[in-house]
Amino acid sequence: MLTILNPLMRIVEIPMLALQRLLGINRLAWAFLLPNLVLFGLFAFLPVILNVFYATTGSDNVLLEARPYIGARNFESLTDCGNYLDANTCREDKFWRAVFNTIWFVTLQVGIMVGFALLTAVILNRDIRARGFFRSVFFFPVLLSPVVVALIWKWILQREGVLNAFLDWTGAGGINWLVDAGWAFGWSVFISVWAHMGFYTLILLAGLQAIPRDVYEAAEMDGASAWRTFRRITLPLLSPTMLVVLVLALIKGVQTFDEIYAFTGGGPGTATTFIIQYIYERGFAGAPRLFGLAAAASLLVAGVLVLLTLAQLWANRRNVDG
Amino acid sequence: MKLLTTTAILTGLAAGAASAQEIRFQCYSDGNECEVYDDLLTQFEEQNEGVDVVVDVVPYQAILENLPVQLASGNGPDMAKITDLGGLNEYYLDLTDYVDTAYYEDNFGNTLDWYRAGDRQGLYGLHTQLTITGAFVNATLFEQAGVEMPGEGATWDDWAEATTAVAEATDATYPMAIDRSGHRVAGPAISYGAEYFDDEGNGSFDGFAPFAEQFVAWNEDGTMARDVWASQGGATYADAAQEFINGEVVLYYSGSWQVARMDEQIGDFFDWQVIGSPCGPTGVCSAMPGGAGIVGFEQTEHPEIVASVIDFLAQQDIYAEAAARTRNLPAHAGVASQGVEFEDSSEAAQAALNAFGSDLENVSPVAFAYQGYAGNRAMFGITVERLSQAIVGELSVDEAMTRMSEDLATATEEAQ
Repeated sequence: MLTILNPLMRIVEIPMLALQRLLGINRLAWAFLLPNLVLFGLFAFLPVILNVFYATTGSDNVLLEARPYIGARNFESLTDCGNYLDANTCREDKFWRAVFNTIWFVTLQVGIMVGFALLTAVILNRDIRARGFFRSVFFFPVLLSPVVVALIWKWILQREGVLNAFLDWTGAGGINWLVDAGWAFGWSVFISVWAHMGFYTLILLAGLQAIPRDVYEAAEMDGASAWRTFRRITLPLLSPTMLVVLVLALIKGVQTFDEIYAFTGGGPGTATTFIIQYIYERGFAGAPRLFGLAAAASLLVAGVLVLLTLAQLWANRRNVDG
Repeated sequence: MKLLTTTAILTGLAAGAASAQEIRFQCYSDGNECEVYDDLLTQFEEQNEGVDVVVDVVPYQAILENLPVQLASGNGPDMAKITDLGGLNEYYLDLTDYVDTAYYEDNFGNTLDWYRAGDRQGLYGLHTQLTITGAFVNATLFEQAGVEMPGEGATWDDWAEATTAVAEATDATYPMAIDRSGHRVAGPAISYGAEYFDDEGNGSFDGFAPFAEQFVAWNEDGTMARDVWASQGGATYADAAQEFINGEVVLYYSGSWQVARMDEQIGDFFDWQVIGSPCGPTGVCSAMPGGAGIVGFEQTEHPEIVASVIDFLAQQDIYAEAAARTRNLPAHAGVASQGVEFEDSSEAAQAALNAFGSDLENVSPVAFAYQGYAGNRAMFGITVERLSQAIVGELSVDEAMTRMSEDLATATEEAQ
């Protein structure tokens, strides 16, 4: 084997040595990283640059050379409001409706989901019967495609769906869940929690299992109650994991689109239209295609996501530094 | 020898590839259209050796959303079946130099304008599917309720009253339903006074408010199926065909393309009929024409072949066969004047298609102009979004009207 490889190695060695002589040994690492950097740049940085280009140009034409420069006009359109708390006073009212919906959605969804994920993880961390089965049950929705999740729940909640059939059967009478803005929003939060909770439960479970048993044993010997143990030991030691879960859930929450779009289409009206759907509709589903407005909105969202990520990094560092 | 054989095979393949001219035809179906075209185009391929017309069947959503992006980026198909007739004009292949234009003017004169926009006034499309909006009525429910069906010239108000009485008497869920589409409400809106154009011929929502007020009120009081417009967001299309088929809706306002579906799925379940378009308070009883057509694209490498494929489908015998097999109203004057014996159609379906056909004379010129307006796709979308917001209470009708005008101004500015 070596007799075959050695000559081959020598063939590779010649240009490598030449490269090393040319760049020096310290800069050689960059030469090895270059292919990856080029690919990364192509798929990560180029779209960002293109996005900036689209955000600062007008027209419904997708070709770059056919788009006139308009400066910050798209950003001005998005942020032109009489009163930022009232979407009706904004020039791009649908953007602000989507922003408010997203803020409400993320607040409720992340709060409820992380709370339930923690509760579930604590329960599943105990020595209960059929623990493996329950762990699978809670994780199962994570494996489903977002569209499947949406269609299952649509089937259950539509006017003549399973839930209304059951309510009719009990004599309670059905409700038109997806036509009422409040119900449609509430169910959107519920479905999102149901679909994603398993993933965060799993992360928290791993965090719980990393807490040394002897700390609990010492607390037990000292006669600490279960609640006190949870508050004084579990929560503080779990906080780095909680932080990761919180930031991941926040970022994922802001990016919510597919399952809710397939579930309600953003309706009734704009009740469940979130920011990513707004971008999609502005850029790709409507006529004319307002690529500039969509790109400007997506840059604003990217800015928010960068802030959330920086917050995570800061909090992580604060945790590590004690 | 082995090398020779391989070379011979490769050469043969290369020669074959060079001689075969492949035409990609992006097609969507309301019923069986793509299947029928694929079959008819086999005859074309037999007559034109070396030409391979590949019919790529795609969902309607792909025609609406993906095709414009493909065309803008220069990666579109050679030809396609489309519904945004004026909106995609900038990409169309002008057939003038390839076909007998007099034949098209004689037979498709009414629809050729729908494919033209701005300075581009050539010959671009073959209108394969003439559609017209109108109302389907569940006659059995009327009979069961003992309510007399309003006669010719009846207004929307008359129908609202009658269908409400029928729904109450028969426990039908909804008296009326209209598809969630800006195109579908255009006919009724014109009957209520919508002008759709300003004095300079630009798109406008002038005169749309009376219909908007009535439509929102009907959705609030339960006369209209609120589910159709309120349970969706954005400009997403939704119809109430299934509710009508299930016998839950007394009057369903949609269009002639639904006849085949009604025929197949209702069967003997109940009696249904088409009553055309009810009249508005202004005395106008307009429907909205429309439909689909086949166009070639300038970016094709084989303009002559694309033109000859379209011309083949435009010939009277082929067109008549396609209309009969797809059960679509013909836009071809010669075929229409001879009459079409629609294949596999029941008596009800045949009567429905005839009713739609005869309602064409009631279509307002505004409706014809609106159908041919290049900006109509934007106006349809704006109508759906803002009207839905008014229905669910996010906006008042006045606010919705103001927003519609503003949205249209933005769309017009961006499209320039």
